[in-house]
Amino acid sequence: MTQRKVALFVTCLVDMMRPRIGFAAIRALEAAGCDVVVPEGQTCCGQPALNSGDTEHAIALAKQTIVALEPYEAVVVPSGSCGGTIRCHYPELFEHDPAWLPRAQAVAAKTWEIMAYLDEQCGWKPEGVQVTAKATYHDSCSGLRELGVKAQPRRLLKPIAGLELTPLAGEETCCGFGGTFCVKYPAISNAIVGEKADAIEATGADLLLAGDLGCLMNMAGKLNRQGSKVRAFHAIELIAGMGDGPAIGEEA
Amino acid sequence: MSGAPAEAASFKARADAALADRILKVAVERTAGTAEAKRAVAVDAFPDFQAARTRAAAIKDHVVAHLGPYLEQFEANAIAAGAKVHWARTADEACDIVIALCKAAKAKSVARSKSMLGEEIGLPHALAEAGIGRVETDLAEHIIQLADERPSHIIWPAMHKTREQVSALFKAKHRTPHEEETIAAMAESARRELRTQMLGADVGISGANFLIADTGAICTVTNEGNAELSLVPPRVHIVTAGIEKIVPSMPHAVHMLRMLARSATGAALTQYTTFYTGPKRPGDRDGPEEMHIVLVDNGRTRMREEGLAEMLRCIRCGACMNHCVVFRQIGGHAYGGTYPGPMGAVLTPVLDGLKQSRDLPNACTMNGKCQEVCPVRIPLPTLLRGWREKSWREGLEPQSLRAGLGIWAWVATRPRLYRLGTGMAVRAMRLLGSKGWIRSLPLAGGWTRYRDMPKPAAQTFMDQYRKENGR
Repeated sequence: MTQRKVALFVTCLVDMMRPRIGFAAIRALEAAGCDVVVPEGQTCCGQPALNSGDTEHAIALAKQTIVALEPYEAVVVPSGSCGGTIRCHYPELFEHDPAWLPRAQAVAAKTWEIMAYLDEQCGWKPEGVQVTAKATYHDSCSGLRELGVKAQPRRLLKPIAGLELTPLAGEETCCGFGGTFCVKYPAISNAIVGEKADAIEATGADLLLAGDLGCLMNMAGKLNRQGSKVRAFHAIELIAGMGDGPAIGEEA
Repeated sequence: MSGAPAEAASFKARADAALADRILKVAVERTAGTAEAKRAVAVDAFPDFQAARTRAAAIKDHVVAHLGPYLEQFEANAIAAGAKVHWARTADEACDIVIALCKAAKAKSVARSKSMLGEEIGLPHALAEAGIGRVETDLAEHIIQLADERPSHIIWPAMHKTREQVSALFKAKHRTPHEEETIAAMAESARRELRTQMLGADVGISGANFLIADTGAICTVTNEGNAELSLVPPRVHIVTAGIEKIVPSMPHAVHMLRMLARSATGAALTQYTTFYTGPKRPGDRDGPEEMHIVLVDNGRTRMREEGLAEMLRCIRCGACMNHCVVFRQIGGHAYGGTYPGPMGAVLTPVLDGLKQSRDLPNACTMNGKCQEVCPVRIPLPTLLRGWREKSWREGLEPQSLRAGLGIWAWVATRPRLYRLGTGMAVRAMRLLGSKGWIRSLPLAGGWTRYRDMPKPAAQTFMDQYRKENGR
């Protein structure tokens, strides 16, 4: 069987804040039979500029990302929001640029959120993974609404021995992170994440899982400030068998 | 008190005041929460709601692309039915026309049936300035009038008030207030107060949910029957309507009605749905002697020209605000314009100017829920991003943000420098943390004021990966 050659787009948050999400992604992709490459030229997909209205810088970063990702069969991203930026917004950015539009469309068409890729494209399930805990799952907005990530993480979490998945009230409701929103309008963001933290606590779960580090940092940061015992992981960490490591905000 | 945030100068100040008002939060949650739950049930029961949304969007796109011919057809048919049609380019022109019509009718008082266009053009204020008495026939609008406030929602203008607050208001302002603390007794008190005034009005003023081109009919929906009661008894009926309210024919109006009611309240149909075509005809037992229709542009043709044509699909159902995490926290007054929530954040810059309202398109997490629930598929996040782009181009965004993003992009487009910079940044951040968390982070006070920041790993992913792969 020829291995699928996939590029991992790490995302700037994973790169800086929680590298083990990137390593978990590589581990799961390799288990699913992929040959994983981390292209050197990647940095940030440009989403902060795009969402702030700074189109010029968003285009510059998009071009750099397109060039870095073009040579590969598929691009996999451990984030619905960065994946959504590449897949949905890159083609919009180059709508009036006949030279770059086809390149943006080509990269967009082969870009996948990690759990959607493992589930839909590889038909893979984790084997022999065990985590004894009660977990709850938050559906991050961009992954959910731009990329249709909903059933895939749940299908990948299901085979994990000992893991009980309990529903979260308002699991499709935004956590109030919103990229730069949380620092531009901190008080409103706090009110939103406060409600989310209460809903998470009300599930009685030990673990909070999601597919986007930004949302996870927001929710985990609020839970920690409130003195909660709920531990937060990117779902791919559990799926890759790395759920026994430190949760977000725990010392290694 | 809950109406106070509207008075604060800036969006952030109004939002802060709203966030501090716990009664407001309870009130918003009761109404919007109920609407959210009921809509979900109604949509589930609707056979192929997604196809119906697509059709609704297509109907609106078609008329918005051919506004001129449909409006002319509507005008000709409305005139043929005996109505008089007036055209207003601006809010002021619209008010001037209505005031002139009221004066010609020698009106001392008007009965007004709630319309968002009336709010948009400032009609309540214009009537007061002209010395014309006004009775608001919509119960919530009556509450707002008594409290001397502005509406905070397009379907429930008084949604920011709890029933306890409304009870206190009625007791203070009604001539014969209710004695029992029941909803029935409160409604009876409002009925006593309003009926006499409604029946004595010289002119009835309403909006329109739909203008039907091939018959010249206008359609209004209300839950209280107040439009019928306020428009039929007076001698003169004045309709004010935005030009985008046009639909080609009755079947189109019916399709839009199905989408409107379910999206707004989760009901299959609104309690009262009325079609008016012209004034009283010879032999009719009741109805107004004169009917005037004021067709208002007020920025709408400009929206079509400036890339906001999709916003003209809006049928004012309020689903976007009911489902918006930001609206649910701060309520409608904090938005500061006539229209709140996501749709308001797109419309207010058109009506009030972007400079005054640049906060509104920014105060959105881009979570996409509003677009998911919009019955006419308005790409609200895309339109909001469009305003952000314009604001950026025009230099309205804060200098700190411009500089911050500029530096970030400059470094991020130089991967080697970026690796060096991110490596240094994580080491610096680690010095600020203890036990895995950073409780106070310079330049990110907005974050650490309310939540902790996890301490980054000792090395970036890229550094670790390169080391492990021997590069």
